[in-house]
Amino acid sequence: MKKYDVVIIGAGPAGLAAAVSAREEDASVLVIEREARPGGILKQCIHDGFGLIRYREKLSGCEYASREILKTRESGAEIQTLSFVSRITKLEKGFVLLLSSRHGMSNIFARSLILATGCRERTARQVAVHGTRPAGVLTAGTAQYYLNVLGQLPGKRCVILGSGDIGLIMARRLTLEGAEVLGVYEAKSEPGGLSRNLYQCLEDFDIPLHLSTTVLEVHGKERVQGVTLVKVDENLTPLPGTEEDLSCDALILSVGLIPENELAQNLGAVIDPVTKGPVADEDGMTSVPGLFSCGNAYHVSDLADYVSESGERAGRAAAVWTPGNIPSTLPVTAEKNLLYVVPQGIRRQPQEKIVFYFRCSRTLQGAILRVRLGENEILQKHYDILRPAEIEKVILNLSGKDLCSCERLTFSLEEL
Amino acid sequence: MKKLTCIICPRGCRLEAQEIDGDILVKGHACPKGEAFAKSELTHPMRCLTTSVKTCFPELPWLPVRTGKDIAKEDIPRILREIRRYRLEKEVHCGDILIENVAGSGSPLIATLECCADSLARKE
Repeated sequence: MKKYDVVIIGAGPAGLAAAVSAREEDASVLVIEREARPGGILKQCIHDGFGLIRYREKLSGCEYASREILKTRESGAEIQTLSFVSRITKLEKGFVLLLSSRHGMSNIFARSLILATGCRERTARQVAVHGTRPAGVLTAGTAQYYLNVLGQLPGKRCVILGSGDIGLIMARRLTLEGAEVLGVYEAKSEPGGLSRNLYQCLEDFDIPLHLSTTVLEVHGKERVQGVTLVKVDENLTPLPGTEEDLSCDALILSVGLIPENELAQNLGAVIDPVTKGPVADEDGMTSVPGLFSCGNAYHVSDLADYVSESGERAGRAAAVWTPGNIPSTLPVTAEKNLLYVVPQGIRRQPQEKIVFYFRCSRTLQGAILRVRLGENEILQKHYDILRPAEIEKVILNLSGKDLCSCERLTFSLEEL
Repeated sequence: MKKLTCIICPRGCRLEAQEIDGDILVKGHACPKGEAFAKSELTHPMRCLTTSVKTCFPELPWLPVRTGKDIAKEDIPRILREIRRYRLEKEVHCGDILIENVAGSGSPLIATLECCADSLARKE
């Protein structure tokens, strides 16, 4: 059985960054990827806007992936593509992975294991779109794959449901390639994507955004022929009498991303009901010792740059982790106006730099973030505007702080 | 007064730009790039154009590309027409220039993915 210090599942931006940082600690590293090429979803992200934080340059997703792949190859980490992990067994001193590849089935031993399995898109059935099941109903990521990788236009008259970033990016992409985008419909009263994408993908092309409106029903037998739209109230309940039929040949969904954690769950990792990813500490270590989570599998980020950053931390920590070392953690809690804060806990060792990410639960025009260690406020930060769609990063310096005698680290947002 | 969203970085500052006596006054920017963006947006809006070009390689039928520099927003349809006529017949590396001055925009068109024998055949 081949043995590695660190095995990483998934060769997207999180997994690749984890591989490089684990190699920097001199660990032996294997990255397992089920697709034919590394890069993950970035392979189909031909649009720009990547790398502004990590490289201080504006890159397309493909360019960003190329750099990460090159760094991984140079690091000496092994990448095994067209391979799939079908079972993981936890042992006292590591994990045994059952791997299916072109060479057949094999077992691999990992001292520590990093899950960088990314996230999956919500589908039509998960957001209660009723009606028939014709061709032409697809997620924004699938539409992106058809258009950018296969060069196929998924429809000529498209309705987009949901205002997530991929939906906005696809609204622009479809328009540029000659399709008519009739509108982006969002059930919530606030748009979902980054502000800059609302501006450069919708406003630039006069694509209307309809808030508090959703698709009730899909029509068509072989191919989508149209949809019934309906207005909804703040509880997303359809308002009778507001139905309206719209003819179209494609319905594209951008209605949210869910971290992919079947493997983590099977290993018994505690899952956070809000983030839908594992509960983890600042290094990404889950409730299962030696099992790490990073990138969008941990919690869905807005930016690939943040995904790489979380991979880097997990890679470094997984490389130096020794079995049996189970640190005591200080719980981190999200209070008023916060949807979530990650990590959900930190080690009770004072450190100079701990990175936190948070999402607010609703749009706040002016807010103060307050962080309390036990009863003592240790940080106050002012924000002009906060939107749930946009994740915020905050760095805490906890050097010299007593993390052993307090019960928790608490984040809250005060509206101004 | 015009309301804009800065697209330079993910922060997405909400900007307000107003022309006063031939000068453009900008509010809401967190950095000088935001101010420059608003001024450009009111006088000559610029964008980076990303799309893909047809190739002769069955392993990679479409190659992603972008303009090396930002181009005038109003030129997008014209530039796209020229890009659609292009077909890649040779191997290129990520960052290579495919067309020097695409549709007279002043910007090159560059490949944003490796397209060479090594990368096309590579299956670890």
